[in-house]
Amino acid sequence: MLLPALLGLAIFFVYPLVANVYFSFTSFNLLEPPRWIGLRNYTYLFTQDPQVGTAALNTLWLVAILVPVRIVMALGVAGLLVRAKRASGFWRTIFYLPALVPPVASVVAFVFLFNPGTGPVNELLRHLGIRGPLWFNDPSLAKPSLVMMGVWVMGDIMIIFLASLLDVPREQYEAAALDGANGAQRVRYVTIPHLGPVLVFAVITGVIDALQYFTEAAVASSVASGRSGVSVKFEQVLGYPNNSLLTYTEWLYVRGFSNFQLGYAAALAVLLFVVTAVFLLLLLRRFNAFTPDGRA
Amino acid sequence: MTAIASSTSGARGTAGPQRPRRSGSVLIWIAEHTLLTLLAVLFIAPIVFVLLTSFMSSNQTLTASLWPQPWDVRNYAKAFTEVPLGRWFGNSALYAGLVTAFMLMSSVPAAYVLAKVRIRFSNAIFAAVIVAMLLPPQVTIVPLYIMWSKLGLTGTLWPLILPNLLGDAFSIFLLRQFFLTIPSEYADAARIDGNGELGVLLRVIVPMAKPGIAAAGIFSFFHAWNDYFGPLVYASENPGNWPVAYGLAMFHGSHGTDWGTTMAVTMLVTVPVVIVFFFAQRTFVEGITLTGVKG
Repeated sequence: MLLPALLGLAIFFVYPLVANVYFSFTSFNLLEPPRWIGLRNYTYLFTQDPQVGTAALNTLWLVAILVPVRIVMALGVAGLLVRAKRASGFWRTIFYLPALVPPVASVVAFVFLFNPGTGPVNELLRHLGIRGPLWFNDPSLAKPSLVMMGVWVMGDIMIIFLASLLDVPREQYEAAALDGANGAQRVRYVTIPHLGPVLVFAVITGVIDALQYFTEAAVASSVASGRSGVSVKFEQVLGYPNNSLLTYTEWLYVRGFSNFQLGYAAALAVLLFVVTAVFLLLLLRRFNAFTPDGRA
Repeated sequence: MTAIASSTSGARGTAGPQRPRRSGSVLIWIAEHTLLTLLAVLFIAPIVFVLLTSFMSSNQTLTASLWPQPWDVRNYAKAFTEVPLGRWFGNSALYAGLVTAFMLMSSVPAAYVLAKVRIRFSNAIFAAVIVAMLLPPQVTIVPLYIMWSKLGLTGTLWPLILPNLLGDAFSIFLLRQFFLTIPSEYADAARIDGNGELGVLLRVIVPMAKPGIAAAGIFSFFHAWNDYFGPLVYASENPGNWPVAYGLAMFHGSHGTDWGTTMAVTMLVTVPVVIVFFFAQRTFVEGITLTGVKG
């Protein structure tokens, strides 16, 4: 019964991982057979590629800003929800609902809401006498605008935090209170140790998600530039405005699937794998805790 | 797994770190609920504006008004005539439906073996499942694309559907976590009664794990419904094969500043997901909790 899945892991996971390393040492455009070029893809990547630095920095910006902002907001809302006794299901549904919206739809919606011309956000700001900024059309605000959207769709990590907060046995708080702990001390010595593992999980998966950030940036660029459609090549709108939304995985896509430099894209993928693997190893160590003969 | 019990008991609002007892607790209660209400308004506002705009005429979306005058439903009709939206919905339904069916056929048995049968290398296989689940798809996309292009299937959604016949890592992970919450005594008793492993799975585990299987199915369906990167790689040259989420991303630019119709399509892509959620809310929340709460 496990055989199909083992076959699946071999064909769609192990084989492509290994083959990818081989392709990264070749020049390959799908029309001619792959040609071995040694380390040339890698020397090009690290010394000549005009955009890879910008793309990597944009992705690292998202790792450094998007991940913590989302986690802090999700924790804050979960902390409020845990104390709302009445209509708790109602509150939860409201804060979870945005996470259900398909990512493409939320991006299209946010680009509309924040569009400088007729968007409701700038409309409301105008009523307050404030001249709204260009948001998704401003290179310095495009990424922060995506962070706002990331906070809007934080529902799934919020639910995980909430479940964990509700899981703290009330006796532990009462015992701490009897021992004379004040509110802050109860959070420090009861809530945080309990939340720790879930927090680690949220940070690591958040980082891995941010490293592969693609859909939101690509759709934001193409909708905000007003130039999507069948006839428009992906690389023409990519990174709009002014490469501020060009992420590492987008650059990999362009080199591999717009320019058909598949060998070079494979080298970019190897680098992404190495970086991701560090975080995966951290996470795997956590998962050892609940293998069949472990705690769970 | 205690998380499930807590997430359901929490829904009735029992546990909580503090009860408002001390003096000043009323003020704290008011402050918390004011903050909660403000945040809730901010979280709902985007959906409200999208909905309102979807009922505005294209002239009105260019003005400063935020309320439809009059309410105009033509955007929804226009969406279907300006682009092959019906066909895209059909593609999405087929894509997500087949992915889910294939995934369940292959991943339920695999997850059962990993959770309930003693086999060698079980932990190593599970570790591989976790890595496969979390690895960015871009890491393996080059060899996979080359493979599918040799098979002549690029330009279609089959490269995204067929692998599910051989298991999906995230679903195997989720199902295994759920199966672990079922006491092994049930499986052992069924084995003593003379059932083979397939019998144990179908007669004992599957009936007891319906909520977990439903959650895995819903996640897998939504994942395919929402997918953008997969269709971009394999089917972007072929608009007839686009799923509706991908079509939405391509819609706006080709229709200038017609935000009304764009918002109508945005609503149409979102509504099916929300409907499924309201029918399966509890299953859904349990599933999310299972992915994140450990041990």
